[in-house]
Amino acid sequence: MPTKLTDETLLAMYRMMALLRRFEEKAGQAYGQKKIQGFCHLYIGQEAVAVGTQYALEPDDYMLTGYRDHAHPIARGAHPGMIMAELFGRYGGYSKGRGGSMHLFDVEHHWYGGYGIVGGQIPLAAGMAFASKYRGEDRVTVCSFGDAAANQGSFHETFNMASKWKLPVIYVCENNRYGMGTDIARVSAEAEIYKRAVAYKMRGEKVDGQDVLAVYEMMKDLADHCRSGKGPVLLEMNTYRYRGHSMSDAATYRTKEEVEEERANKDPILRLKDHLLKKRIASESGLEKLHEDINKECDEAIAFADASPEPPLEELYGDHYVNPEDPDDKPRERVLGAKDVKWPSYPKGNELKVTWDLEPKTPVKAAPARKGAA
Amino acid sequence: MAELQYREALNQALAEEMERDANVFLMGEEVARYNGAYKVSQGLLDRFGSARVVDAPISELGFAGLGVGAAMVGLRPVIEMMTWNFAILAMDQIVNNAAKLRHMSGGQLRCPIVFRGPGGAGGRLSSQHSQALEANYVHFPGLKVLAPSTPADAKGLLKAAIRDDNPVIFIEGELLYGLKRDVPEGEHLIEIGKADVKRPGKDVTIVTWSRMLTAVVEPAAEALATQGIDAEVIDLRSLKPLDEETILKSVAKTNRLVVVEEGWPWCGVGASIADIVQKKAFDHLDAPVTRVTGLDINMNYAANLERATQPSVERTLAAVNEVLYRS
Repeated sequence: MPTKLTDETLLAMYRMMALLRRFEEKAGQAYGQKKIQGFCHLYIGQEAVAVGTQYALEPDDYMLTGYRDHAHPIARGAHPGMIMAELFGRYGGYSKGRGGSMHLFDVEHHWYGGYGIVGGQIPLAAGMAFASKYRGEDRVTVCSFGDAAANQGSFHETFNMASKWKLPVIYVCENNRYGMGTDIARVSAEAEIYKRAVAYKMRGEKVDGQDVLAVYEMMKDLADHCRSGKGPVLLEMNTYRYRGHSMSDAATYRTKEEVEEERANKDPILRLKDHLLKKRIASESGLEKLHEDINKECDEAIAFADASPEPPLEELYGDHYVNPEDPDDKPRERVLGAKDVKWPSYPKGNELKVTWDLEPKTPVKAAPARKGAA
Repeated sequence: MAELQYREALNQALAEEMERDANVFLMGEEVARYNGAYKVSQGLLDRFGSARVVDAPISELGFAGLGVGAAMVGLRPVIEMMTWNFAILAMDQIVNNAAKLRHMSGGQLRCPIVFRGPGGAGGRLSSQHSQALEANYVHFPGLKVLAPSTPADAKGLLKAAIRDDNPVIFIEGELLYGLKRDVPEGEHLIEIGKADVKRPGKDVTIVTWSRMLTAVVEPAAEALATQGIDAEVIDLRSLKPLDEETILKSVAKTNRLVVVEEGWPWCGVGASIADIVQKKAFDHLDAPVTRVTGLDINMNYAANLERATQPSVERTLAAVNEVLYRS
């Protein structure tokens, strides 16, 4: 694991991966206690994807994903207690308890959501990247989705447009091998998803998604590629989820040995731990202390969610229609009384100057009119 | 007042709003170099350039969703669907994303986007191209649905839709683009959610929208006038939100209601209007609410069958006679 990252950064990455795992373990427990209900898709096993990606991006780059969406916003800086409160269906959640597990939004941290229809977020990301290019911003959009989404029409339609218009968007296929209970290879003519980029004349890459440093290096390179105007990228990250697709999935479609092999030999947290110990960046006792802190932080997230009230009934009809003069909800301000919330703002009206020439004019020679043509 | 075609009025609305706000852009099939399949976007590419008037590939789901994403981060897209029949491919993005973003984000995001294009029968196009689909969209919370019938309403409502901060479904009449009528000069905006009494009357209320106004209801009202029946014609213009007040006020006066709609009868817009009126104006009604709708069948290509499928002046007169107990 050769890297130029500082020891502090490596430790922070380790801490975040361990936090995401513990958070999801606590969410799984809370589900067992019926504090969380409905669909709940845990991220356990895939932590290196979220954390390696996060460290390679700027804070105001746009990000969004599908419904396995608890980890990414926390890695972006969201308040774990408020994420847990949303999972609990409480008013202290990011969406006031309207969205739950599958619809986490933290716009303050440029986290544009979790979406429950497979592949539905893929065109949105192209639109966000379109807006960045339209306004001449130096911003990248990162959109992740699972392997199964690569077989949706939205994937193909969007990649064609994103590449043709050179939109600054990185599409990350978090390939955990199973679309619910179906092995991706069973339903895909080409199961190596990154190879599909060729058809759209875009750059396609793959990386070991269980190696946080490899993920980081790759994302750094791809973000530079996008920012320099070279168009979109498809990155396949090979990863693995230890739990079922959702809480109701007993995962009978794969062997115990397969899961054990992944956990024992490829686990992203253990791999970074080895590196930290070998390079003497951290000691066993230091990491133990760190895990204690993380456990405490996650217990606090549960306590925060437990203490948060249900949304008031007066909120029943809210957040369906908005007038231009209505304010947007700023969750941290509403829930925690935070005064330092930075909200995205964009040029209004004709403050905006559009200089992008999306399709430079090429002279068209009209065909000569034919007599009697239909 | 200037006399303009429906398509010219829409073109003016687009041009004026694009001039006023650089965040507004138009994307769709054939909107740029071809100047629009129905010439609504005539001249806009030359005026606003290729980033603001964008020819999209035939990927309705893809470019509808691209528009939604752009709207989430501050732009104001106008997404042209060549017809609403094709927008069925984009339903997921319209319904599952656009209509739900404000809600799912708990009020963090807004989605100021207009999906517009022609709906209804186009004339000898058979079943896949002859559908009045507004009932599909009025069903979904989070959307607004407009269906203007005249050039003036088309202009005023499209401008209002572009300035609205919610997703708006804007259904034009495929056979209305050539309709010529007066349009007010200068800034012309119409408040969304307000019906328009196109003809005041006292004997019977006829509620309609889009092409049925000029194709069926106006000629029917004229024929009724020659028989001494004074029909009040209400053009809804906005199907969601619905102007209940104007309908109920009229029914309180005339005591009789006929709804004329191009779409299918089962779960149509008129069915909900009948529900509202029987609940809120029961004591005012002197006859059951009666509907004239497209027949509950797929559209045939043959001219005579196509005609027989759609609401007509004759069927409207028969419905009015029914609620007036005339024979």
